[in-house]
Amino acid sequence: MTRRPPAFVVALGVVAAGLLVLPLVALAQRAPWRDLGAILASGPVLDALWLSLATATAAAAVCVVLGVPLAWVLARMRGRGATVARALVALPMVLPPVVGGAALLFALGRRGVVGDWLADQFGIVLVFSPAAVVLAQAFVAMPFLVLSVEAALRSVDPRYEDAAATLGAGRWVTFVRVTLPMVLPSLATGAVLAWARALGEFGATITFAGNLRGRTQTMPLAVFLALEHDREAAIALSLLLIAVAFVVLVALRDRWLLTSGRH
Amino acid sequence: MLRADVHLQRGDLDLDVALDAREGETVGVVGPNGAGKTTLLRALAGLETPASGRIELDGEVLDDPASGRHVPAEERSVGFVFQDAVLFPHLSVLDNVAFGLRARGYARGDARREAHAWLARLGLADRAGDRPGALSGGQAQRVALARALAPAPRLLLLDEPLASLDAANQVEVRTALASDLSEVAAVRVLVTHDPVDAAVLADRLVVLEGGRVTQSGSPADLAARPRTSYVAQLVGVNLWRGAADGTAVHLSGGGVLVVAEPRVGPVLVTVRPQAVALHRARPEGSPRNTWAGVVETVEPAGDRVRVRLAGPPAVVAEVTQAAVAALGLRPGTPTWVSVKATELEVSPA
Amino acid sequence: MTRAAPALAALVVLVGGAACCGSGSGPALRVSAASSLTAALTEIADAYERETGVHVVLDSAGSQTLATRIVEGAPVHVFASADADPVDAVVASGLARGPGEVFAANTLAIAVPLGNPAGIRSLADFARSGASLGLCARQVPCGRAARRALDRAGVDASVDTEELDVRALVTKVEAGELDAAVVYRSDIVGARGHLGHVAIADDDNVRVQHVIVALRGGGAEADAFVDFVRSPRAARILRTVGFDVS
Repeated sequence: MTRRPPAFVVALGVVAAGLLVLPLVALAQRAPWRDLGAILASGPVLDALWLSLATATAAAAVCVVLGVPLAWVLARMRGRGATVARALVALPMVLPPVVGGAALLFALGRRGVVGDWLADQFGIVLVFSPAAVVLAQAFVAMPFLVLSVEAALRSVDPRYEDAAATLGAGRWVTFVRVTLPMVLPSLATGAVLAWARALGEFGATITFAGNLRGRTQTMPLAVFLALEHDREAAIALSLLLIAVAFVVLVALRDRWLLTSGRH
Repeated sequence: MLRADVHLQRGDLDLDVALDAREGETVGVVGPNGAGKTTLLRALAGLETPASGRIELDGEVLDDPASGRHVPAEERSVGFVFQDAVLFPHLSVLDNVAFGLRARGYARGDARREAHAWLARLGLADRAGDRPGALSGGQAQRVALARALAPAPRLLLLDEPLASLDAANQVEVRTALASDLSEVAAVRVLVTHDPVDAAVLADRLVVLEGGRVTQSGSPADLAARPRTSYVAQLVGVNLWRGAADGTAVHLSGGGVLVVAEPRVGPVLVTVRPQAVALHRARPEGSPRNTWAGVVETVEPAGDRVRVRLAGPPAVVAEVTQAAVAALGLRPGTPTWVSVKATELEVSPA
Repeated sequence: MTRAAPALAALVVLVGGAACCGSGSGPALRVSAASSLTAALTEIADAYERETGVHVVLDSAGSQTLATRIVEGAPVHVFASADADPVDAVVASGLARGPGEVFAANTLAIAVPLGNPAGIRSLADFARSGASLGLCARQVPCGRAARRALDRAGVDASVDTEELDVRALVTKVEAGELDAAVVYRSDIVGARGHLGHVAIADDDNVRVQHVIVALRGGGAEADAFVDFVRSPRAARILRTVGFDVS
């Protein structure tokens, strides 16, 4: 693509770029730059920040631990079954987050289908806890990891696994020492995307985990509440969230734009 | 000693092969694409399960579908060299070669030492720390061989080992491979579609066509007495099928040839390209077989030239470059062909 | 260029159309109502439409959210808020046609799931650690009111969640995920038997006044609607769904 695009295409591109950049510019323009440090160091903000980072990381870890095996199973499926399974896995991506949160509530709440049993048998109550935040975030972020890893697994030449088998490696050893290292770039990308998605999650979290400062009040929630009363805190938090996301995406260096892991 | 009787179906392929191989012998499986060569190799490796038959290596039963026994690939003592190497890209050359040893429980230090020794044996010790991506095709293939041999397998399988190399490299790698293989103690089965590979690397050939063995023997046996047009083409000999009626053979593709020995019934007729003579005009003289042909292709073969002509019957002649010039042989040139009856070999079909 | 032109034209029409129809030039009256008032105002709006033929479009969210949107320029004609603070913000920004008018009042009540499984008896139980308790967030009217009531009762509340919206609280109590929550009395009435009810002592209870205000973009129509909401007819509707109208 060495020839320049026609003028009207460039114009549309500029409009699109403007659409994306304008809100950021507006935020930066209204930011309380002088007081930024003080605002960000205040109690509620630090609580929300710490909670968000901790839960998002935990959620990303859950996604990796549960998602990689799921991706493996999905990658070995064929035909119609694979298509249906993949659609189910992708469901949290298309579902409105509040719907996801409601579904989690009905499944894992105190009176939920499974939650009821957990509460009666083990005394475990998940709702309104940091664990609920992690679960809600993992729910919405899981597809990012699973689909990224599955695509990479499918693109691996099956002969690598054959070679490992002929050299005496069983299925588990083959997966850990051959297949997984080969999809590591996609795994890392998927994990980071899942982390970023978890960090920004709002609807599912508020519905399933509720809102309590220091326990379940994540950054997006804090921003929403601060919007009317403490505008400056809201803007400061928003800028922080954007900065974190930006740093992460730049650090990924375009990897997240490419579909599967390429060696 | 390998005793294999493999029956299986994969898509359109219906494989039914009996194969034996002794230690210290390289059996070459040759055949056209789609004949089932790779599938056969994969079945021997344990990567495919036969529907029926039996595979036995040094007395150990690896496959016996009748009794439900199938030893998975990772439990067999088999080394596999893939077409285009398939070295693990995330591991160094050394760790690639050491992989099989580590998988069998060797400590990392021991495995690496052993791997280093193998690389040295193949003259590749200085590439030990490199990634597979930094190797040339020929080097990668030899590392793949080292990797397959390091765990001391009792059966070594090679799938078209030279197919992915360019012509310039093939000669060098083929020579090296021939010498490497001669020192390997295991039973060796090699798959190739290249007649030169077969001639240089294999001690005994098995021809696989459409899932069935159509001929087996030494390269010399095949060259002397090809039994199918594939084999004939492989060894570069003209072959026709026909019905003999005394000394006349009516070819199934059209035309009649006169042979020296009378026979009756279905026969195979072969003649070396070198024994086929070409003329500008209808020749006179002793050759009893003459017919008009049209040149289709003219290809150099060493310092001689192979000329393919349409008949009937179609025929390949090998002549000197001078002859080509003198006769003005070019695609489309009408040319007369003659073959002496005594040059034609006839055998029952 | 010629091939892109129709697509471009369609895009312009779509965007322009959205902008144009969003400025309220049509006959519909746009009313923003706090979520706790939505059910009541829907009925009132229906009655208004039947009487005057004016079509009312209702927009529902938390009072604070609605106030912010109005201040930032949302094309709304009437604003009904759960308490006075959000309306003050709108009036202060010069967008109101007059001061806010009280049109109904509410008191607080404790909502519990049917059967009161945790045995909640009063506001004092909100200091318990064993039960699952909820309040509205401090930033929303029902949260402010609940905190005042708890202070009056001298209770140091320890809750599990501070929801953004009283309707979310009601839903979770109905579903049994919360053992108790402080909501409006009108929410209990509106639940039509799906919620259990524990009364708050009169001395501790807080009276919340719901305020309605006509906005500058609404003109005389907005004033007419506000008058209707404060009329005896509307008062009857409000009382039926649990509000106090004096």
